[in-house]
Amino acid sequence: MSQRVVLDANDIERCLRRIAHEILESNEGSDNLLILGIPTRGIHLANRIAALLSQIEPSYDTPAGVLDITMYRDDLASAERRISPTTIPLSTLEGKVVVLVDDVLYSGRTVRAALDAITDIGRPRAVKLAVLADRGHRELPIRPDFVGKNLPTSTKERVSVQLIESDGTDQVVIGE
Amino acid sequence: MKHLISTRDLTVETALGLLDNAQQLAAVSQREVKRLPALRGKTVVNLFVENSTRTKISFEIAATRLSADVINFTAATSSLSKGESLKDTAQTLEALGADAIVIRHPASGAAHNLAHMGWVSASIINAGDGQHEHPTQALLDALTIRQRLGTQTDLEGVSVLIVGDIAHSRVARSNIFLLQLLGAKVEVAGPASLLPLGLDELGVSVATSFDEALDSKPDVLMMLRVQRERMEQNQLGSESDYAILWSLTAERLLRLSPEAIILHPGPMNRGLEISSSAADDPRAAILQQVANGVSVRMAVLYQVLAGGNL
Repeated sequence: MSQRVVLDANDIERCLRRIAHEILESNEGSDNLLILGIPTRGIHLANRIAALLSQIEPSYDTPAGVLDITMYRDDLASAERRISPTTIPLSTLEGKVVVLVDDVLYSGRTVRAALDAITDIGRPRAVKLAVLADRGHRELPIRPDFVGKNLPTSTKERVSVQLIESDGTDQVVIGE
Repeated sequence: MKHLISTRDLTVETALGLLDNAQQLAAVSQREVKRLPALRGKTVVNLFVENSTRTKISFEIAATRLSADVINFTAATSSLSKGESLKDTAQTLEALGADAIVIRHPASGAAHNLAHMGWVSASIINAGDGQHEHPTQALLDALTIRQRLGTQTDLEGVSVLIVGDIAHSRVARSNIFLLQLLGAKVEVAGPASLLPLGLDELGVSVATSFDEALDSKPDVLMMLRVQRERMEQNQLGSESDYAILWSLTAERLLRLSPEAIILHPGPMNRGLEISSSAADDPRAAILQQVANGVSVRMAVLYQVLAGGNL
C-alpha cells in the first residue's frame, strides 16, 4: 500500500492558524463565535482552533464544543456506533455564528447530518464549515467556508488525518 | 445484535455499549425537540399479550423519540381472543411491515420462540416473557446503579441484594445475569418456598433472612413486587406475615448505609414489600429507573434496528 504524506505537522499548524485568522476576518471579530467539532478528530481540531482564536483575540474565551451526529447519519452500515456527548458551550445556539469543524470533507453527508443535528438543538444566526482537508467527490450541494488544504483524490484513495491527540503524530496521509 | 431475548446473550462490551449509549440518549428527553431521526421509516410493534403500563409506554416513547412508527397491539381486543396462535399473529404483523416486535407474553420462552423458530424475520425484543427474563429492566437497573454510584464503566465489586419472590421473577433473573456480567456481587433473600434451585451454580449467595442480609450493608437493595395472586394460592401466607419478614420497613430503612441505593421495578405495593418511608427516601431511585427505561429502550431499539455492531 503506497502512502504519501501531503501535510506534515508544520503544515497543519499553519493551516489551522490561517483558518483561525480567516474565521475572525469573515466574522469581523470574535463576537458570538461558537466552534463545534464533529467527533472524533473534528473535536481536536476544534479545540486547537478555539485556542488559536483566543491567542489572536484575547477577549475570546469560549471553549470549543462537540456536536455528535451518530443519530443523524443516513448510512446505517456505519462502523462507528458509540454516541459521544454533545456539548454546547454557553448552552445555547441562539444568535451564535457556529463554525463546524471536521478533519476531511468528502461526500458531504456528515455535514448534512450535522446541520440536521443543529436544527434540532436550536437556531444559530449562521453556520459555517471549516475542514482541514477537502478531498472532493461531493454527493450533496455542500461547500466549506474555510479549508486547510484542497486534496484532489480518486475514490480509490484513502485520506487519513492523524493528530497528536488521538494518533500520536500530526500528519495527513494519502494511501491506496 | 438482531434480537434481545436474554441478558445471558450479552457480552460485557455490548452491555456497556448499550448503557453508554442510553446515557447519551437521555439528553434527548431534555431538549425541546425530543426527536432523533435514526429509526425513520422503521415500524416497531408492541405485542403486549400480558398487561403492562410502564414498560409498554416506555417502549412506545422510546421508538417515537427515534422517529420510528409505533403500532400498539392490545391482546384483549385482538384475534388472540379468538384463539389465533402467536405464530400466526407474528406473521401477520410482519406481513404488515413490522421491522421489530417488542413482545411481552405470559409464557416463558415466547420471545425465544419468536426469534428462533423462523416464523418471522423481524427483530425481537423481549419485554418480559412469563417468569423467564426482562432484559431491558435489568439494563435500566444497571444504568441507574451506575448513575447513582457515579461510575462510567462496569459494576465491579458492587454488592446487590435482591429481596422477594425470586423464583417467579423475570426481573430478578435478568438482573442476576447482567449484574454478574458487569462484576457485581449478588445476594438474594426471600421466603424459602420462593427461592429457585441453582442459585449456588450462578454464584449467587442466599441470605437466611432480610435482617441478616442487611448486616453486610449492601450497596444496592432491589425490592421485588409481591405478586398478590400468589398469596391467594397460599404460597406466601398472609400479607402481614410477609411484611414482618421481607418488607423494607421504616426500621430496616434505618439500617441501610447512607449511600445505599433502593430500587424497585414497579408497580409498588406501598406498605407491603416496601414502606412509604422507603419509597420516598432520597436513596430510592425508582423514578430515575423509570426515566432510564426510556433511554435504555432507545439504545436497544437503535442497536437492533440501525444495524449497529456493538
